[in-house]
Amino acid sequence: MTTTDFRTCGSTGLKVHGPAEALIKANAVVSVVALLIGAVGAVLLVLTRWQAVHLLSAPWYYRILGVHGMSMLIFFIIFFEMAVLYFASTVVINARQVMPKLGWASFGLMVIGAVMVEVMMWTGKADVLFTSYVPLRADPLFYLGVILFAVGALIVTSMFFANLVVAKREKRYQGSVPLVTFGAVAAAIIAIITLLHGAAIYIPTFLWSLGLMEVDAQIYRLIWWGLGHSSQQINVAAMVAIWYMLGALTVGAVVVNEKISRLAFVLYILFISMASAHHLLVDPGLGPTWKIVNTSYFMYMAVLASMIHGFTVPAGMELGQRLRGFTSGLFEWLRKAPWGDPGFSSLVFSVVVFGFVGGITGVTIGTEQINIIVHNTLRVPGHFHATVVSGTAMAFMGATYYLIPLIFRKRVAFWGLAKIQPYLFALGMLIFTMSMTFAGSFGVPRRHWDITFSQAPFGIEFSPAVDLLLGFVALGGLLAATGAFIFVAIAVKSVFFGDPLGEITHGTAMVGVPAGLTHPPVHSSNVDELNAELHQPGRGWRLGPAPGTVVLVGVFLLAFVVYFFVNWKVLSFVWKIG
Amino acid sequence: MPTTHTGLESPKGVWWTPAHPAEKIWVTIAFVWCMVLFAMMPLWHFKGGQNPSGIRRKVEPTAFFRRTQEFIAQYQIGQDQGIPIVAPPPGSDVYLTAMSFQWTPILQLEEGAEYTLHLSSLDVNHGFNLNPLNVNFQVVPGYDYGLKVQPTAAGDFRILCNEFCGIGHHTMVGRLIVVSGNGTASSGGAR
Repeated sequence: MTTTDFRTCGSTGLKVHGPAEALIKANAVVSVVALLIGAVGAVLLVLTRWQAVHLLSAPWYYRILGVHGMSMLIFFIIFFEMAVLYFASTVVINARQVMPKLGWASFGLMVIGAVMVEVMMWTGKADVLFTSYVPLRADPLFYLGVILFAVGALIVTSMFFANLVVAKREKRYQGSVPLVTFGAVAAAIIAIITLLHGAAIYIPTFLWSLGLMEVDAQIYRLIWWGLGHSSQQINVAAMVAIWYMLGALTVGAVVVNEKISRLAFVLYILFISMASAHHLLVDPGLGPTWKIVNTSYFMYMAVLASMIHGFTVPAGMELGQRLRGFTSGLFEWLRKAPWGDPGFSSLVFSVVVFGFVGGITGVTIGTEQINIIVHNTLRVPGHFHATVVSGTAMAFMGATYYLIPLIFRKRVAFWGLAKIQPYLFALGMLIFTMSMTFAGSFGVPRRHWDITFSQAPFGIEFSPAVDLLLGFVALGGLLAATGAFIFVAIAVKSVFFGDPLGEITHGTAMVGVPAGLTHPPVHSSNVDELNAELHQPGRGWRLGPAPGTVVLVGVFLLAFVVYFFVNWKVLSFVWKIG
Repeated sequence: MPTTHTGLESPKGVWWTPAHPAEKIWVTIAFVWCMVLFAMMPLWHFKGGQNPSGIRRKVEPTAFFRRTQEFIAQYQIGQDQGIPIVAPPPGSDVYLTAMSFQWTPILQLEEGAEYTLHLSSLDVNHGFNLNPLNVNFQVVPGYDYGLKVQPTAAGDFRILCNEFCGIGHHTMVGRLIVVSGNGTASSGGAR
C-alpha cells in the first residue's frame, strides 16, 4: 500500500482511500438501481390497492408485491449498508481498505444473487412474496440467489471488521473510534447475526425445494424472521449512526454523552435480534413465556435504547446549535436551522416519523395480546413503512446528498428539486403510513388483491371510510414515489453526468453543495466556556443543556402512552379468547 | 467535562463521564415506561379476556382434516354454497380447516357460550381474520391451535384469509354465524 492511494478531502480534511471510494461508489449505485425498481413496483401496488383504479391483475399484483419487498428491503437497503460499512471503516477514521479484490468479488456475488432473485420473481417462478413461507414453493434458483447475496454481504461485513483491526494497528486514529463508526460496528454485528439466520433457513429451504429434506412450516417462520426482522434492525443501527453523522455535518451536533449513546448501541446488539417474535405472537407453535420475553426484547431493553437515541440525537443537535450561538428561548436552534439543506431536512423527518409513527406503532402492535387485533392487517405495513422507509430510506437519502460531493466529488444535480425532495417524500410517507394504519384498524388485510371480494363465495363490506383511506394510501404512496423518482434522477444525474466539484468556497452558497459544506457548522470561539455554562446544573428550570429537546421528548412520551393504552381498550371490546 | 466533539470525531481523553442530570432523568423515565410496557403482558394473562395462548400441539394435516370431517358429520345442520353448516353444542371442541382457497365448515355458535376453536391448515400458511371484529390468528400447517372463544354478540360474521396462500388468496372467505341465546338465528343466508 502506498500513500498515493489516498486523497485528502478539501472540505472535511478526511483522508479518502481510493479502493474504498470505488467500492462505496459501486455499492451505492446498485443500491439506487434497486430503489428505482422498488419504487416502480410501489406505484403499481398502490394503484392496485386503490380499489377505484385496481390496476394490476391478481397474479401480477402478488408478483410485484414480492419484487417490491425484495428490491427495497433487501437489495436497496443492504447495498447501501455495504457502502456505509466501507465508509465508516475507512473514510471516517482515515483508514485504508483491506483486500479490495475480495470486496469486488463479494460485490459480484451480491449482484449475481440479486439478479437471480429478480429474474425468478419477474418470470413468475417465485410467486411466494418476500417471506417465501414454506410450504409455498419457488424455483430453487430463487433460494440460491438469496444465499449468494447473503454470502457476499457476510464477506463485506467481515471485511469491515478487518478494516477496523488494521486501522487500529496502523494507528490511523487516536483513542476510541468515533461514535458514527461505533454505530456502524453495532449494525455490522447485528448483520452477522442476521445473515447467519439467513443461512440457517435458506440453505435448508434450498435443499427442500430440490426435494432433499423436510422443512417445518412453523420452524421456518421462527428462523426466517430471525433474518427478516433482524435485517430491519441492521437498518435501525445504521440509520441512528447516520443521524449522528448528519447532525454533525449539518448543524455541528455534538455528542452529549459518549457513555450513554454507546451503551444504547450495546443494548441494540444484545437484545434487538429478539424481535423475530413480533411476527409470531398469534402463532400456534410458541408459548406465552417465549412470546413475552422475546417480543419485549427482554423487557424492552432495545426500546430503551431507541428512546435514548431519540433524546441524544436531537439534544446533540440542539447543543451544537446553541454552541454556535443560537441560544435564545427553547427553539431558536430549530428555527434558525438550515431547513434548505436536504441533509438536514431529511435528518429531522427521519427522526420524527421514525419515532412518532414507526416507533410508537411498532412497540404497541408488537405487544403479545394487542397483536390479536393487528396481525396481517394493513397496520403492519403501515408500521414498517414508517420505520424503514420514512426512517431508514429517508436518512440514507439525506446521507447521499453529502456523499455525492464528498465521495463522488460532484455537484448535486437538480439542486432546486433536491431541496424540496425530503419534504415531498416525508409528507407522502406520512399520509401513506397513517392512512394504512387506520385502514388496518378496520381489519383490512395486507397482501390482498381485492377487498371487494368480488370472486369470493361470501361478500364482505368494509366501512366506507376504508375506501377513502385506501385512496389516501394511494395519494401518499404516489407523492412518496415521486420523491423517490426525483431522488433517483438526482443521484444518477449527479454521479454519471454531474458537474465535477472543484474547491468548495466556505461562506458562499454554491449550487449543488449542501450548506453544511459551504458553511461548515463551526462552534463559537469560546465553545468550552459556553458549553460549561449550558451544563450548569441549576440553569433554565433544570432542564439541562438541551431544554427544547426535553419538551419534544415529553410530547413524544405522552403520544406513546395514549396510543398504547387506547389499543388495550380497543382489544378489551372483542370476544373473550384464550 | 471533556471537550465538545461530534460523532464523526474520536472522543479525546476519558469519555466515560457522568451524564447531565436531565439526561439521566430521561433514561430513568424511559426505563420505567419500558417496565410498564412489559408488565402489561403478564398482567393481561391474569386480568384480561384476550390472550393468544390456547392449546398448541403438532398434528398431521390429514389427521386434522379427518377430525374436521368427523366433526362436520356429527353436527351438520345444512349447507351454504356447498360448504356444510355445523352447529356444535356449547362447550364443545370445534374444528375449522383452512385450505387453498376455502374455510370449512361454516360454524354456527351460540352467543355467550364457550367453545374451543381448533384452527389448522391442510396445505400452506393461512391467516384467520374474523370480520368485522378484526381478530387475527396465524394458521400453520402441521399445528393445531386450540383457542377458547366466547362470542359476545350475535351476527353473521366472515372469516377471511389474510396470509398470502397463492394466486387465489383473495377469494378465500368463510362464514361464522352467532345466534342469540334463545336459539333464534339472527340471520340465515349470506349478508
